Amino acid sequence: MKRLLMPLVVFVALAVLLGVGLTLRPGEIPSPLVGRVAPDFTVESLRNPQRSVSLSDLRGEVSVINVWASWCAACEDEHPYVMALADEVPVYGLNYKDERDKAIAWLDRQGDNYTASLYDPDGKVGLEWGVYGVPETYILDAEGVVRKKHIGAITERTLREEILPLVRQLQAEAES
Amino acid sequence: MISLRWLMTALLILAVAATAFGKGDDPFADPEREARFRHIAQELRCLVCQGESILDSNADLAKDMRAKVRELMREGRSDEAIRRYMTERYGDFVLFRPPLKPATWVLWFAPALLGITAVGVALVIARRRSDRHPQVLSPEEHDRLRRLLDDENDQI
Repeated sequence: MKRLLMPLVVFVALAVLLGVGLTLRPGEIPSPLVGRVAPDFTVESLRNPQRSVSLSDLRGEVSVINVWASWCAACEDEHPYVMALADEVPVYGLNYKDERDKAIAWLDRQGDNYTASLYDPDGKVGLEWGVYGVPETYILDAEGVVRKKHIGAITERTLREEILPLVRQLQAEAES
Repeated sequence: MISLRWLMTALLILAVAATAFGKGDDPFADPEREARFRHIAQELRCLVCQGESILDSNADLAKDMRAKVRELMREGRSDEAIRRYMTERYGDFVLFRPPLKPATWVLWFAPALLGITAVGVALVIARRRSDRHPQVLSPEEHDRLRRLLDDENDQI
């Protein structure tokens, strides 16, 4: 009995360790931006090159920045949920490393209810924000502090269980 | 022929000028500067293809990060400042040698700790085995073994 105990302990410890390993997602790198004021930027509006949009326009209320591109297949998958989110909170689209006419055509096809679309053709803003893949979604509180970074496509479940509850909580915080 | 030589010279001057005032990911003309760039870029992880440095990676993001490192070098920033610029945006994960701090203790010390534990366990097991199985037969055992073997031979 005693001889069996040690291998059993080792087996259980290893199983737990590897089990925890399975739940980790190494593709999702935690952002140092969370908890800090989002880096400011001024970029052209996607639809109107003469108009510039900067981050300070977003302050004062809870907002969401959705990083996307017309060449990104997962962005198409998540777009209905991004549009659903935009019914609840201002969502700004950051068009990342894309071409203007392709991006506009994509929006016309997929639907566009972004509060504004920002154009970042060479990924400069993306680099400032630590974007390393699209889609990525940042949730900012009313003070402009990044409260969450969601990496990858938003699904019906992440929208319902993670993003909307946080947005509503932040909106309630901002009101009180 | 002269015009061709002129053309070549002009092209060469243009090429040198382009690298001196180079933009984006073009190499530096000064080999020492280029070596410094390679040293920094080698230590920065490409976030898309995690096992590769931004120096080795062909990923689009790695190209942008290389261009940024060159830009920061042109601004005269120190190696340390450039690394800090990247960690402020991408976290410690972007460094192939993460800094030593409580959050990374496990990362730094676990391998040595595991190695020491493994050697310790191996030693304990080896010692127990040699205690349990003496190598030499006692004289009585020796006699008994001979008798058993003899019996067997008789039977055949």
